[in-house]
Amino acid sequence: MDTSTQITDAPPPVPQPNLAELKRNARGATRPGDRIFLGLSRGSGIFLLVIMAAIAVFLTYRASLALSKNHGNFLTTFEWNTNVTPPSFGIAVLAFGTVVSSIIAMVLAVPVAVAIALFLTHYAPRRLAGPIAYVVDLLAAVPSIVYGLWGALILVPHMTGLFGWLNDFFGWTGIFSWDQGAPRSLLTVGILLAIMILPIITNVSREVFRQVPQMHEEAALALGATRWEVIRMSVLPFGRSGVISASMLGLGRALGETMAVATVLSPDFLIHGSLLNPGGGTFAQNIASKFSEATEFGRDALIASGLVLFVITLVVNGAARMIIARRKEYSGANA
Amino acid sequence: MAKRIDVSGLTAFYGSHKAIEDISMTVEPRSVTAFIGPSGCGKSTFLRTLNRMHEVTSGGRVEGKVLLDDEDLYGPGIDPVAVRREVGMVFQRPNPFPTMSIFDNVAAGLRLNGGYKKSELGDIVEKSLKGANLWNEVKDRLNKPGSGLSGGQQQRLCIARAIAVEPKVLLMDEPCSALDPISTLAIEDLIGELKERFTIVIVTHNMQQAARVSDRTAFFNLAAVGQPGKLIEIDDTERIFSNPSVQATEDYISGRFG
Amino acid sequence: MSNAVIAEKRPSTLRGASLPKWSPWAIAAGSVAVAVAVGAGTGLTKVQWGLISGLLFLAATYGIAAKVEGRRQAKDRIATGLVWVAFLVALVPLISLVWVTVVRGIKVLDVYFLTHSMGLVADSQPGGGIYHAIIGSLEQVGLATLIAAPIGVLTAIYLVEYGRGRLAQAVTFFVDVMTGVPSIVAGLFILSLMLIFDMQPFGFAGSMALAILMMPVVVRSTEEMLKLVPNELREASLALGVPKWRTILKVVLPTSIGGITTGIMLAVARIAGETAPVLLLVFGNRFINNNPFEGPQQSLPLYVYQQYAAGNEYAYDRAWAASLALIAFVMILNLVARAIARWKAPKTGR
Repeated sequence: MDTSTQITDAPPPVPQPNLAELKRNARGATRPGDRIFLGLSRGSGIFLLVIMAAIAVFLTYRASLALSKNHGNFLTTFEWNTNVTPPSFGIAVLAFGTVVSSIIAMVLAVPVAVAIALFLTHYAPRRLAGPIAYVVDLLAAVPSIVYGLWGALILVPHMTGLFGWLNDFFGWTGIFSWDQGAPRSLLTVGILLAIMILPIITNVSREVFRQVPQMHEEAALALGATRWEVIRMSVLPFGRSGVISASMLGLGRALGETMAVATVLSPDFLIHGSLLNPGGGTFAQNIASKFSEATEFGRDALIASGLVLFVITLVVNGAARMIIARRKEYSGANA
Repeated sequence: MAKRIDVSGLTAFYGSHKAIEDISMTVEPRSVTAFIGPSGCGKSTFLRTLNRMHEVTSGGRVEGKVLLDDEDLYGPGIDPVAVRREVGMVFQRPNPFPTMSIFDNVAAGLRLNGGYKKSELGDIVEKSLKGANLWNEVKDRLNKPGSGLSGGQQQRLCIARAIAVEPKVLLMDEPCSALDPISTLAIEDLIGELKERFTIVIVTHNMQQAARVSDRTAFFNLAAVGQPGKLIEIDDTERIFSNPSVQATEDYISGRFG
Repeated sequence: MSNAVIAEKRPSTLRGASLPKWSPWAIAAGSVAVAVAVGAGTGLTKVQWGLISGLLFLAATYGIAAKVEGRRQAKDRIATGLVWVAFLVALVPLISLVWVTVVRGIKVLDVYFLTHSMGLVADSQPGGGIYHAIIGSLEQVGLATLIAAPIGVLTAIYLVEYGRGRLAQAVTFFVDVMTGVPSIVAGLFILSLMLIFDMQPFGFAGSMALAILMMPVVVRSTEEMLKLVPNELREASLALGVPKWRTILKVVLPTSIGGITTGIMLAVARIAGETAPVLLLVFGNRFINNNPFEGPQQSLPLYVYQQYAAGNEYAYDRAWAASLALIAFVMILNLVARAIARWKAPKTGR
């Protein structure tokens, strides 16, 4: 700190170094205790960054080992044969299954979650709303393997009725045709994922709806709006970006969900036109079920598919964060 | 067009707490009536009972009668939504819909019922904005968000939104308390013009404002904190400010309490 | 209703014709009755009865309300109906999940089950238990917490108390990103390290993956709690000449310790149910292995998966019982954590 003062020509006597010292003190970096503590906490933050970087680097390294020997096209091959020479594997089926099951889950879960969030904030009797919200909170903590067990042993047998009905009335579309196989298909997976992410999306949406300023709702009420019109005019516009980011969080969960899919789906390596016939696969499910019989090379191949999943979830989460950030700016401009 | 309000024996509750007790008064059409009184005396609560906004707050409950030209707002079969259409309201803090443009804000109430052609809607929006003395300031940016306006402009936008649906009565809950003096003056001038067409009831903390804008003034007070607020007296504004019949009114106006 | 119309002599703008208060219940009862009649007649399942009655209810509500009250009121009613129906429909699977787990889990969940391993029992036989899985879970989750909690809390302290500039921004951003890392990816990351160093599965490998999943959750919740500590407290302490690090240790942390504990416990509850990384890294074991640093271990969620995969009634019973134990553990953690949060809620000064 002396050097900084010596640079200036006119030698300012005592006060300036003192000021610099005060400033450093305020930042908390001069005393040994402060320095150690700052070092520890900053070190922890840096450690987190290192982990993230390491995840990307090591997954990429192992993936490259596998990809260099792959004789199929990693993006378009419809098989996963890593134990034969030459090995051939591709993620087309996995990408399709992951995206389709997640889309089904979102289509089912988001409207219902928004409706439940509205129910809890605007419709339910107050005495009911509190406990229900608490229970929904708890349900968000139920481990995914339990959802998986329930899905495989309870949900799957109950799907036959719905599948038969869909086949009868919408079988002609091809998407909903059914060959009477066990209903361990992408649609069942999507429904189970929807049930799983419902509590999370509901929780976040409820928080957002609760923060709608009273004065916006009163503005609509005073114009003679019905309850639904109040929701449409002030609650939903205010909560829209919050609901979108909540859905993105749910989507992130659905994309990466492993056990619930592994227990319910009966996988194969084909893309089926019908959502009702068993088959297909997802990234996470494929890793879990192929892992135990995989050789070292097979594991590297699975790591390669995991890297793709990692990138997809990064993009989805990044998008969610950007939407939240935009919303902050937007409400800040209003304040 | 404007309607008379007749209140008799009105008591309002928040849960089990009695906020105002046994209030009776008459508000003449095409006049401005001001409610004054110390904080917590229930003048805002009373105002909100006049368009059934009071029951929106949890536990809000009302006993007694509010007649709007001989029809009881709390009678059986009355639709609170229809009441709020007849009795418009302007709030303490300007509250334009933040995601809507200026035009959409004014048209919001009209669109609820639908049935307007685009040109009709444009005419009514223009008329309402002119009625709120805002047209000249915003006519070039009707599609910009209402939240971009200044506080005083936002409040006039809210008034335009309220009068666009042609209510019979306009309630104003301290409409100037969040505004600077110049904006306040603009709103006060506006109130003077609006009373030609509407019955206006205004709650204010500012006694000069009550004296400036109102024809009649009602003074509310409460015996002690926790006690329900009561109507002490209502009379011509001139009388209230020069020669009130109750001592408490004079004490309050001359600044001896409150 | 017709009486009211007659009594009303002149048309009123305030008096919309309205359905009586009991009408939603009546329409609901009617729809259910019709659906049951149709369903029983044509032999549909109960789920389909429910669907039909739900649709009938919405259609009837809209039709009747639109005719009597007008289009706007009808829309309002249908929105109300939809919101209620959505809520009730969503209740079905969630209640079923809890109910089935409790009813089927309680069948074999007893002291014997909690105190024995699968060492002497084949998956196809009755008996056996989850003792080894409980030991494994406790050790893996405990070690993960030992790693993740201090790092998470320290990172949060850095972000709230010191963090300014590029580094803090980067940490904030990547903590957000890390929250979204799927558990199987965290497992694959540790797996790639193990492949490089040619290691066999062991408990602590799972702990490391769990710690990666836990850290961002702890950072987020601790950050929230530290932000709730009023600045006046910090300033009061600093003004007394107390160094910053002692201010943090003696003033800031004690004020927010309740909330931080809650956050850590909720994070523990979350990782205790993770299966995928454990499957890849700890592998599973029929026997009791008390050493998390050597050899495969079992864990509760993995036990559930492996018993399900065994695919016979005895194994299913064990899977349900282990699920119940797991849910009970997670729920107790949640309830206690929330109780602490409520009990030690910091006064925000507002």
